[in-house]
Amino acid sequence: MSTPDFQLKGSTVTVVVLELHRYTPELFPAQLEERIQQAPALFQGSPVVVDVEQLLIPEGQLDVPGLLDQCRGAGLRPIALRGVGESLAEAAADSGLAILPAAASRQRRNIREEAEPARDVEIRTEQRAAPAARPTRTITRPVRSGQQVYAEGGDLIVLAQVSEGAEVLADGNIHIYGALRGRALAGVHGDAAARIFCQHMDAELISVAGHFLLSDGIADTLHRKPAQVALEGDALSVEPL
Amino acid sequence: MAKIIVVTSGKGGVGKTTSSAAIGTGLAQRGHATVIVDFDVGLRNLDLIMGCERRVVYDFVNVINGEATLNQALIKDKRTEQLYILPASQTRDKDALTEEGVAAVLEELKGRFDYIVCDSPAGIEKGAQMALYFADEAIVVTNPEVSSVRDSDRILGILQSKSLRAKEGEEPVREHLLLTRYSPARVAAGEMLSVADVEDILAIPLLGVIPESQDVLKASNQGEPVILNDEAQAGQAYSDAVDRLLGENRPHRFLEEQRQGFFQRLLGGGRG
Repeated sequence: MSTPDFQLKGSTVTVVVLELHRYTPELFPAQLEERIQQAPALFQGSPVVVDVEQLLIPEGQLDVPGLLDQCRGAGLRPIALRGVGESLAEAAADSGLAILPAAASRQRRNIREEAEPARDVEIRTEQRAAPAARPTRTITRPVRSGQQVYAEGGDLIVLAQVSEGAEVLADGNIHIYGALRGRALAGVHGDAAARIFCQHMDAELISVAGHFLLSDGIADTLHRKPAQVALEGDALSVEPL
Repeated sequence: MAKIIVVTSGKGGVGKTTSSAAIGTGLAQRGHATVIVDFDVGLRNLDLIMGCERRVVYDFVNVINGEATLNQALIKDKRTEQLYILPASQTRDKDALTEEGVAAVLEELKGRFDYIVCDSPAGIEKGAQMALYFADEAIVVTNPEVSSVRDSDRILGILQSKSLRAKEGEEPVREHLLLTRYSPARVAAGEMLSVADVEDILAIPLLGVIPESQDVLKASNQGEPVILNDEAQAGQAYSDAVDRLLGENRPHRFLEEQRQGFFQRLLGGGRG
């Protein structure tokens, strides 16, 4: 069997969500244009997910192709529809866009009950990164073979070694002051800016935001040396510290 | 205050029972009332190594089940004062060791002895976990080869997470590394990990290095702990280890390859 020419990977990206509350075909383009002018560089050619879950008019009245055309006219690139109900399913399928499941957020329901929003359209960037407060977890004793340590929602500091067969994970960065001989996975919930820092690079596996490298992918010159690992584009870079 | 010391390793065949017998005997030789408890229920080797297999009437499981008193089950060693053995049962399995039962027996032993040496079975399952659960100190027996070192690392992780001290958030179990079957010649030839390699990987204090030696096998077969053999390097190395366990400072010996002298070679060159 030959090696495939590609690799399938899971990845998290930040994307603009256009949350539609009402839709008036005559007013929509002007409102959209006005909002885009506030930050043209950000929105020009930007992929956008059209969310119709908060729609306050009956879904059946929504002209999906028209709406998408108007978005494209404004320089946005719709890539998916989200929160599509039954009555819109066919039109959504015809649009050729991806259909995403409704966002699972607690606040959703409340919005519908509020007074009518002033605008038909609200554009906001949705960040799927870790929460603002990032508590750090500090481990002072060795992480032994078969043990797993996870710093949820923050950074991990290990003041001792991480043995072969041990695994340390963090939503944020990982700092290891002893030898790293096991596996270290930073940004496990998709934080591509997370890094791994260690004093003695001898890892079995390193990973940032789902992109990983095995020990044989790490340069020999860094073997057992201080090193840091960061994600650059789609590839992990391992640099001396 | 009585101390519970578990002799453990994860991997089998590295010398746990031999080391339990030697260290238990060494502690008793130095005047401490000591009992060696065989936790290897179902296999029962300690009594063979200690040479008391023909004197086993009641065992650890009998005491747990209330079928015998501790006094009936304890076997007094004939060579060393203040030394007792609590043998394992050969007809039961590890499920016979209940946490409450083991706790009660150890509590009773604590009232009578200074040191309780628990000879752990191999593996990381119930038997091994029960042997280390109540420990104050742990002697991790390791051979200088990668799979043994990996298993020792694993058992150290279990000591840190699953022992009573870890669960109660008390001061952690004190860990000691005992490197057995060490052959300086094979280290020099690159066939074995060196002391430094193992210390680097496990990162716990070194209690002793026991050289590979025919004397150990001979002692086991004769049912006489090797520490009683003052002539043997292995016996001397165990003596040093016991002294270190008691807080004394002893330089490590037998770490270098010994050049065989002309006469030794003429005489057939037995090492150690």
